[in-house]
Amino acid sequence: MIGALLAAANTVTFDTPANVAFAVLAVVMIIAAVRVVTTQNIVHAALWLMIVLGGNGIIYLLLQAEFVAMTQFLVYLGAIVVLFLFGIMLTRAPLGRSDDLDNDQKWMGVGVSLILLVVIGYSLIKTFEDQQLTFGAVEHAGKNAQTQALATSIFTDYLVPFEVVSVLLLAALIGAIVLARRD
Amino acid sequence: MLLNQFLLLAAILFSIGVYGVIVRKNGVLVLMSIELILNAVNINLIAFATFWGMGGQVFALFVIAVAAAEVGVGLAIMLLIYRNKRSIDIDALDELKG
Repeated sequence: MIGALLAAANTVTFDTPANVAFAVLAVVMIIAAVRVVTTQNIVHAALWLMIVLGGNGIIYLLLQAEFVAMTQFLVYLGAIVVLFLFGIMLTRAPLGRSDDLDNDQKWMGVGVSLILLVVIGYSLIKTFEDQQLTFGAVEHAGKNAQTQALATSIFTDYLVPFEVVSVLLLAALIGAIVLARRD
Repeated sequence: MLLNQFLLLAAILFSIGVYGVIVRKNGVLVLMSIELILNAVNINLIAFATFWGMGGQVFALFVIAVAAAEVGVGLAIMLLIYRNKRSIDIDALDELKG
């Protein structure tokens, strides 16, 4: 697989800049994700989480899912991170450094996640060896790439799940108000 | 680009999220780790959507909506726990322990 990666990096196509962008993003996202789960400052964890979520959005752009990327920026960076900061504020978490954010199961956590990573990684490499992704947006430039197809798909094939999600959001909204209300 | 590079990145982020869920003691931080896991799944869905049609992107949108709902209710629950116990230390919630 690494050989295929290197071969893809040596040919001059759109693959090269995309792969470079992907590599930079992947490193930044992994470092930020590790910081989210290891930092001892809870506000910093929320801010590192923001980097992971933004990187996710750019990854969606690399995969030509521009509508999902914009939704990611709006919903996650705009709303969910702010919600987290409100949660930190309202629960009066220690705003500075605090040594009481982890429990004593650190090595069990490392073990479980390493085993999980090895199992998932092995099966992925075994299954999808070096299947290539194609850049439809580059090959058919000038066309409205994916958003139209996505909209058609939501409002025809997936109409019922879409309505169910609306009801779920309404229920969650009312539930959150009822739970957090003081009386 | 390979399909696998996206899937492996998602696998790494997923494992980091699982580590966070196991190790973190503060309730809000556990919710953040769950967000990491959901985002890793979204990368998978979108990577497969370039293969097998739009279903993956539609479900990634659904996952984003459900994650927003989950964070809203989850933080409300954390707020209630904080009001009742004056802390959101998850290890302190051991009333069910015999």
